[in-house]
Amino acid sequence: MTSSGFSPTGIRFENIEKRYGGLAALRRIRLEVAPGECVALAGRNGSGKTTLLRIAAGLARPSSGELTFPSPGSKAAAPTAPSNSRVKVDAGFVAHATMVYDELTAEENLLLFARLQQTPNVVARVEKLLREVGLFDRRDSLVRTFSRGMRQRVAIARALLHEPSILLLDEPGTGLDPQGLAWLAATLRQLRDAGCTILMSLHGESEISMLATRAIRLDAGLLVADTRTGAEVRSILTFADA
Amino acid sequence: MSLLSSTSALLGKELRTEFRSRELLTTTVVFILMVIVLFSFTFDPSYTESRRFGPGLLWLAFLFAASLMLQPCFLREQTNDTLSALRLSVSDPFAIFLAKLIANTMFLLFTELLMLPIFAILYNVPVLRVLGQLILVFFLGSLGVSIAGTALSAISAQARMRELLLPLLLLPLLTPVLVSSTQVTVGLLDPSPFVEWKGIGFLIVFDVVFLTALWLFGEYLLEE
Repeated sequence: MTSSGFSPTGIRFENIEKRYGGLAALRRIRLEVAPGECVALAGRNGSGKTTLLRIAAGLARPSSGELTFPSPGSKAAAPTAPSNSRVKVDAGFVAHATMVYDELTAEENLLLFARLQQTPNVVARVEKLLREVGLFDRRDSLVRTFSRGMRQRVAIARALLHEPSILLLDEPGTGLDPQGLAWLAATLRQLRDAGCTILMSLHGESEISMLATRAIRLDAGLLVADTRTGAEVRSILTFADA
Repeated sequence: MSLLSSTSALLGKELRTEFRSRELLTTTVVFILMVIVLFSFTFDPSYTESRRFGPGLLWLAFLFAASLMLQPCFLREQTNDTLSALRLSVSDPFAIFLAKLIANTMFLLFTELLMLPIFAILYNVPVLRVLGQLILVFFLGSLGVSIAGTALSAISAQARMRELLLPLLLLPLLTPVLVSSTQVTVGLLDPSPFVEWKGIGFLIVFDVVFLTALWLFGEYLLEE
């Protein structure tokens, strides 16, 4: 998926809070995701997983607290996003929604976002990704004619366009068939091994969850469990789904 | 350079999606056509009468049509949360606004120029001799409508009662543009046509001020 390794970047949440009016979506989250780590976020619906991912992506502003992206290899100060500002982070984000245009073809969507991200060798990169997600033969079809699984493949390709050093995935397996899930797991494994930091929300055990080296469980906006032990990682993921 | 390349990529997307769906252009053309045709039956469209009522009627139709056109501008970015994808991808969020307002101005201007011959025929108004000046006032007025409308569309798209909110905010804000554009058009449709430079000057100032405000504060309008 990537030609070279990543400049490893971590994510540090320092007492992050997010309130929507009177509702606290996240409460004093303190979490450090090390560069190159693959972390699974678990928790029931409404526990704050999506909000945490959107804050990490820079799409939502925390009500208080500070978000930093430490990079051990770099002597420069880590980019910081305190509650009153937003930082541009080198992240690929896959959300619940596909984040692609129905009225554009798969190729046009990827070309658009590649150009906006100023990806080098745009056409070659898009063609390579279309082949990898298995949509090269359908590259000229409008996305609105695609099934949910095919749309999800375009969404994943869009997130990988600029070879991000951080991947933020909100239930990335949504709509994918077994072959699609296997492809995604293989891709994520390759990215993880190349040093890409991955933070993903998941429900239950799957091929994708097996990649996680650490699991975190959120409950009503609070971080209630955090483990790196293999058996406990599985237990957190399955418990949250129960 | 980044702003220009992002804007041109996004403008291409706006034009391509519109020419595929024809959602905005169809609505606008039909609305303006209906207003122009219906009002041509309500009074005697002699040259004198047309000069009195025509410009105001024309700009009122343009303004209401614009509010219809501007409504889906940011709303359709919410269908698949594509606005988030754009925010993550562009280095300067102003590019998102710039592409949308250029596209909106182009659509509005295209509609206005399409409707102008119909207006001229139904209302018995000679427009050929002042066509250049009319295009200038149409452009400046449409640009003002698009700049303010695109900004308000971004605000209203995230609000409850969004369908109500946009016209509620847009119409009072655009009253000065409407008045100036109408005054300039009245002068141009006079038996001895003249250019109301004060009105042109006001439209230029309005466009520059709102464009600058959008450049400075636009990013905040896109946040959740």
